[in-house]
Amino acid sequence: MKLTLKIWRQANASAAGAMHTYELDGVSTDMSFLEMLDLLNEQLVTSGEEPVAFDSDCREGICGMCSLMINGQAHGPEVTTTCQLHMRSFNDGDVITIEPWRASSFPVVKDLVVDRSAFDRIIQNGGYISANTGAAPEANSVPAPRDKAMRAFNVATCIGCGACVAACPNGSASLFLGAKITHLGELPQGQPERYSRVASMVAQHDHEGFGGCTNIGECAAACPKEIPLDVISQLNKDLRSAIKQGY
Amino acid sequence: MAAGTHYLSGLTATNGPAVQTSDDAEGFYVLGDKLVDEKTPTGPIAERWTTRKFENRLVNPANRRKLSVIIVGTGLAGGAAAATLGEAGYNVKSFCYQDSPRRAHSIAAQGGINASKNYKEDGDSVYRLFYDTVKGGDYRSRESNVYRLAEVSANIIDQCVAQGVPFAREYGGLLDNRSFGGVQVSRTFYARGQTGQQLLLGAYQAMERQVAAGTVEQFTRHEMLDVIIADGRARGIIARDMVTGEIETHLADAVVLATGGYGNVYFLSTNAMGSNVTAAWRAHRKGAYMANPAYTQIHPTCIPVTGAHQSKLTLMSESLRNDGRVWVPKNAADCEKDPREIPEADRDYFLERIYPSFGNLVPRDIASRAAKYMCDEGRGVGPQIEETGPDGEKRLVRRGVYLDLTDAIRRMGREKVEEKYDNLLDMYERITGENPYELPMRIYPAVHYVMGGLWVDYELQTNVTGLFCAGEANFSDHGANRLGASALMQGLSDGYFVLPNTIRDYLADGPFPVIDETHPAVVEAQQAVQERINRFMTINGRRSVDSFHKQLGQIMWEYCGMERTKEGLIKAIGLIRDLKKEFWSNVKVLGSADSLNQDLEKAGRVADFIELGELMCIDALNRRESCGGHFRAESQTEDGEALRHDEEFAYVAAWEWGGDDGAPVLHKEDLIYTAIEMKQRSYK
Repeated sequence: MKLTLKIWRQANASAAGAMHTYELDGVSTDMSFLEMLDLLNEQLVTSGEEPVAFDSDCREGICGMCSLMINGQAHGPEVTTTCQLHMRSFNDGDVITIEPWRASSFPVVKDLVVDRSAFDRIIQNGGYISANTGAAPEANSVPAPRDKAMRAFNVATCIGCGACVAACPNGSASLFLGAKITHLGELPQGQPERYSRVASMVAQHDHEGFGGCTNIGECAAACPKEIPLDVISQLNKDLRSAIKQGY
Repeated sequence: MAAGTHYLSGLTATNGPAVQTSDDAEGFYVLGDKLVDEKTPTGPIAERWTTRKFENRLVNPANRRKLSVIIVGTGLAGGAAAATLGEAGYNVKSFCYQDSPRRAHSIAAQGGINASKNYKEDGDSVYRLFYDTVKGGDYRSRESNVYRLAEVSANIIDQCVAQGVPFAREYGGLLDNRSFGGVQVSRTFYARGQTGQQLLLGAYQAMERQVAAGTVEQFTRHEMLDVIIADGRARGIIARDMVTGEIETHLADAVVLATGGYGNVYFLSTNAMGSNVTAAWRAHRKGAYMANPAYTQIHPTCIPVTGAHQSKLTLMSESLRNDGRVWVPKNAADCEKDPREIPEADRDYFLERIYPSFGNLVPRDIASRAAKYMCDEGRGVGPQIEETGPDGEKRLVRRGVYLDLTDAIRRMGREKVEEKYDNLLDMYERITGENPYELPMRIYPAVHYVMGGLWVDYELQTNVTGLFCAGEANFSDHGANRLGASALMQGLSDGYFVLPNTIRDYLADGPFPVIDETHPAVVEAQQAVQERINRFMTINGRRSVDSFHKQLGQIMWEYCGMERTKEGLIKAIGLIRDLKKEFWSNVKVLGSADSLNQDLEKAGRVADFIELGELMCIDALNRRESCGGHFRAESQTEDGEALRHDEEFAYVAAWEWGGDDGAPVLHKEDLIYTAIEMKQRSYK
């Protein structure tokens, strides 16, 4: 396949960025989207132009390091991560626009690389169960109802990639937040800190400059792990209880 | 029986020290003194760890805040250690090259984690997990270490459940287990096909809690480029801030490397793109021994290569071998046919045929080699891929065998199969464009894990005082082959339970004298790092970093992959030496060193991989036996199975850096067993 790529290039956080156009030939449908960018970079290096910086690590859809707005969609046209998107989803002759995540809480570091450290800071503010090493009771001493454990697992699959934020017109991280609140809140082990957790995580979310949820639903549509929108309902429900309890 | 007997204290050794009579690597190495692990515990095996924990000195809680530890890497071992040491009150500095600790590659582990809980009442016990792990590792691990691993395995599950790790559960709300390759009990705990992710997030969240508590300081997008050894102790690291390019010095009372494995020396592996050997290799060049570097695990069930553009390989959890049946056509003429049209009688379920008692659940090394042989015979399936053979000739070969879920779907129903493996099968479909519910999956072995790594004593300390190493980065408790679902166990065992209990004995002598950036050792390390970066930026050659990496990978896969020969390994060493010369004169790194520069990062890693690759080949050349993941064609039984030579090779090969122009020095640590007897493995 032959493609035309329009890619955001930006030297560093404070530099002004711009779209650059590249022609790329010899793309195979078996390539992943990032392997296509590897090919472009190999070509750029050969011709003496600095390669395009982009994040990726596991390249199997689980680490959450890859990102990219592809033709305006977070992670592109399929429900998956950019690393698992394959070129068979595109056609010969396509023009593809590639930009970094769009969100002021995720500032650009360089080209397509953004800073998502705000997510770590949200987790630091309650996104855990306090259980020091060695203090744990025997694992089967606390049974967890299977349906609740399943729901906890289903939302614990969040990979922290930030697609929900990038897709949201209001730059909200409510889906990310709701996934963690629901994961820990569904388990018996998560009950003691359930309400303090939601209060402090939401406070940090707002402090980081993420917007509020405006019920658009783009986040769930863009989520490569298909975290359902109802985690935001759970978030709001738990937050309401927390406020009632004085948190 | 001089070396290795001091710890027996009345127990009877079941073997004597190895006496090597062959010398295939003659001329490529220098034989050094024997190595003895001075920290080896004594007494009956079941009491060794308990006794050690008691004997190791304590650090008063009030003194802990005066002590600092640097931990490089935030996977299961590093993340768990940072959390635990933070909880204990030490000052921890944690480093990772990713943008968040949560991205460490432990996250990609799929299948599960072993623990000897015996929840299924199927005869499991600490001793059986110990026995299976030593046997699975082909008797090339230390018995005391493995017993300790089996012993703490149950604590790991307790800890993770308390953190909220959503393991699979039965209807009654209790934990579920499944069986895994190489064993006959169900002791594997799992969270669908995402166990590593859930365990890592547990460790990550525990660590972030300590960041908030102020005991752990987190440095993301930082790459360790050297270790500082001052006045005989590891006292810090030189790290590059990957965003600003700044070269930073970080000092502490102890340094822990938990930097994962080096499978990317093969270019194609199931490792993450950034997984590298640099931290371990820089430590090796400063004196830390590298043990058993040739022990590589080739995982049997990965998605086959599709072409030269391939940047990594993706694992399909071997839990699929519980329900999937592996086969190839009996006749090479059928290899291009739609597999659904090949009748039962014309299929060769080769694992079930050759290994009737374990069938599709034989250990990884055995399953991998069997698949390779089927394809070498011309009975592989899938597209033909061009490759270069050991003779240097190009050839077209089909590199794939079927992993067929048809029987499982018939037996359990599609819904149950979906529930068990859904995310894996989705991933398969996404990558290959084929639906695994309709067509048998195609799989082929790929480099997945390395059992080799920095040599450590029983307390996880390298031979460099104050430098510790945990998780896959150390030479580990898996011997020559790791059983499925044991990597997560070892990473968390080291991080949560072992290291925190051993490092305290070292820290009890601290705080060590304050040093600053004017110390000659710091200045030397800073300068060396800066000079190396300058060199990469000024070579101005014609070839990309990746092109060197790919070439190294091809050499390693061909000659130091699933089957190794003396002739091939000698050839590989020559090729790697030529490649090293070309790399340092012809590599091209664009951009600047004082900003984010992914090619510069890769250049440093590839330079280290090249040196490691040479050492791996020398280690493989010296070990003229087949054990676990290391298969030497010269050492096999009449029917082609791996043949160990315990009398010659029951030792840990710990290699000392011999200098840029010198040969590596081999130190042998005898493996003496008292609680188990060595046997040739048989899974037939």
